[in-house]
Amino acid sequence: MNEALWALGRGTGVVALVMFTVALVLGILTRSGRPMLGLGRFGVAEVHRTAALTGTGLVAVHLVSLFLDPYAQLKVVDFVVPFIGSYRPFWLGLGTLAVDLLVVITVVSLLRERVGPRVFKAVHWATYALWPIALAHALGNGSDNGSAWLQSLALVCAVAVCSALAWRLTGSYAERGRTRVPRTVPR
Amino acid sequence: MSMSIWEANAMPRLLIDRTRCDGHGSCAELLPELLDLDGWGYPIVRSGERDPVVPRHLEPLARRAAAACPLLALRLG
Amino acid sequence: MTAHALDLGLQGTQRLLAARDSSLDEHLRTLGPVPAVALCELISITEQAGLTGRGGAGFPTARKLRAVGEGRRRPVVVGNAMEGEYLSDKDRTLLARSPHLVLDGLELLGRALHAKRLILATGERIDSGPVRSAVRARRAEIDVRDMTGGFLGGQESALVSQLNRRAPVPQDPHTPVYARGVDGRPTLVVNVETLAHLALLARFGPGWFRTQGTPDDPGTFLVTLSGALRPGVQEIARGTRLGALLDGAGADRTRLSGVLLGGYHGTWLPPQAFDVALSSTGLAAYGARTGAGIVHALDSTRCPLRVSADIVTYLARQTSGQCGPCINGMPRMADTLQRLARPGADPRLVAEVARLRGLITGRGACAHPDGSARFAMSALTAFSGHVDEHLGGECHATPAD
Repeated sequence: MNEALWALGRGTGVVALVMFTVALVLGILTRSGRPMLGLGRFGVAEVHRTAALTGTGLVAVHLVSLFLDPYAQLKVVDFVVPFIGSYRPFWLGLGTLAVDLLVVITVVSLLRERVGPRVFKAVHWATYALWPIALAHALGNGSDNGSAWLQSLALVCAVAVCSALAWRLTGSYAERGRTRVPRTVPR
Repeated sequence: MSMSIWEANAMPRLLIDRTRCDGHGSCAELLPELLDLDGWGYPIVRSGERDPVVPRHLEPLARRAAAACPLLALRLG
Repeated sequence: MTAHALDLGLQGTQRLLAARDSSLDEHLRTLGPVPAVALCELISITEQAGLTGRGGAGFPTARKLRAVGEGRRRPVVVGNAMEGEYLSDKDRTLLARSPHLVLDGLELLGRALHAKRLILATGERIDSGPVRSAVRARRAEIDVRDMTGGFLGGQESALVSQLNRRAPVPQDPHTPVYARGVDGRPTLVVNVETLAHLALLARFGPGWFRTQGTPDDPGTFLVTLSGALRPGVQEIARGTRLGALLDGAGADRTRLSGVLLGGYHGTWLPPQAFDVALSSTGLAAYGARTGAGIVHALDSTRCPLRVSADIVTYLARQTSGQCGPCINGMPRMADTLQRLARPGADPRLVAEVARLRGLITGRGACAHPDGSARFAMSALTAFSGHVDEHLGGECHATPAD
């Protein structure tokens, strides 16, 4: 049973990381205002959202299964306050930090109409912090650390994000960037 | 699509906040019957009104479009 | 309502600018204090008088009063003296010569609406010194604020936004200022000239108000004359013929290529239209309105297309930078007109102006693209002969200054 919980914990953690990678990459791509990957503009935005929510759900299962697993030795406070855990406190702490960020980002995103576009956008920028913290946590904390497959997976995720970011910074990124005069008023 | 003024007043409109809109374009994809995009990527209301009337069968799509707008520039009202 | 308007010499067109000096003593001596009028009665007399806003939009004042009065919170009343319209001088003139009429109007509205705050917003081109003295003299609880802003500075929601210490740019009209404005309260923004009319209307009644002007466009209004005539601000009756106004200001009609009426969002009138009556019905035939009261006479030695193109270039620089169609379409419109302003222009440019007009009208948060497009089209209509000259490679006016 404990083995199953541990496996569930690790498994959901890894898949959540993949989901967040997909969400981040698509989040970067959707800003370009282009239809892509066979999806329309709406499709890109929707898959971004679905991946993010799926990842969040998986993180919830990840937390519950690890909490119930005695091998992980997690107390409730470890889910909220980072860096005070007993097993690998630093790497675990990164995970806690990631969860803290995730909760804020998710709540604000779900309530975006109430908080308004400025607050929504500001908080959403935190996803650029969330992802590398989650990645570092996965590499440093899991008992698979050092295992080749996790490192390869992490590399693939990193390459995807870096490529998207690189494209983001080029001039031809925005679909209508060249034909259009940009807004000048800070929103 | 024609409808009487009475019918049009009873139906909701998709309200476009032009100060927020930055021409992302999801709205025009979801509601091609109501919206098109101009050469710069900003939505044009096909009927020529400022905000299009949303007929009943398009209401669910209009709600999705409002939720999908990354700049919160759309509202059903 | 008293009937001694006639005794006070207010039977002619000089109503707002009748005072011999701008002091409080003179004001009280001739007119007495402004009466307190309940909101429903104020709405009623404003409606009967047919008073429309004198800030440019010409909206029926009674309707604005009703809309703000329906709010649940105590409203804020803002007197708009931003004078963003480049050619206008009437608000400055009114504040210098009859500040107490304006302040009367603010206090009148404040009392009727049980307003929380009264604000007088003055624009960059207006020195608020005189009106501040006037406020001090009568110990009024009016907040005089010096505001910044260019052409769009006096736009209602932009002004309200600035008063809320946010960006001085127009806001989404789906949340109108009469619903939520300054400090989140229902806000009534009224041009200072309209306030002055209200101050007299409350004393003398709608019957008196209607003794000047026309039945469907009553009262008097302020015009700012500029260009090839004697410049200055005058008060005239609604329905006055443009030709009479031009003649009275010493203009030589034979040497004018046109008159710009309203302002930079207004309409050019060619010489054959000079006998039009300056009233809403008279001008409707030309698709024109008196707007902010600008009457600018263009001398025929200046190329009207060059002048118009330069105005649209200015307007394109005055956008608030928020709405895509306007930020993108206005510079294109300006560029198109600049090309038409050169002899040897491509004939397709005329259709391009019309195309851009369709593309930017109604697709911004405010009326800036709409008004600018209307202005551009009116230049092509009023000066169509001149357009043909340019297409034919010539320009019979003196080339660009």
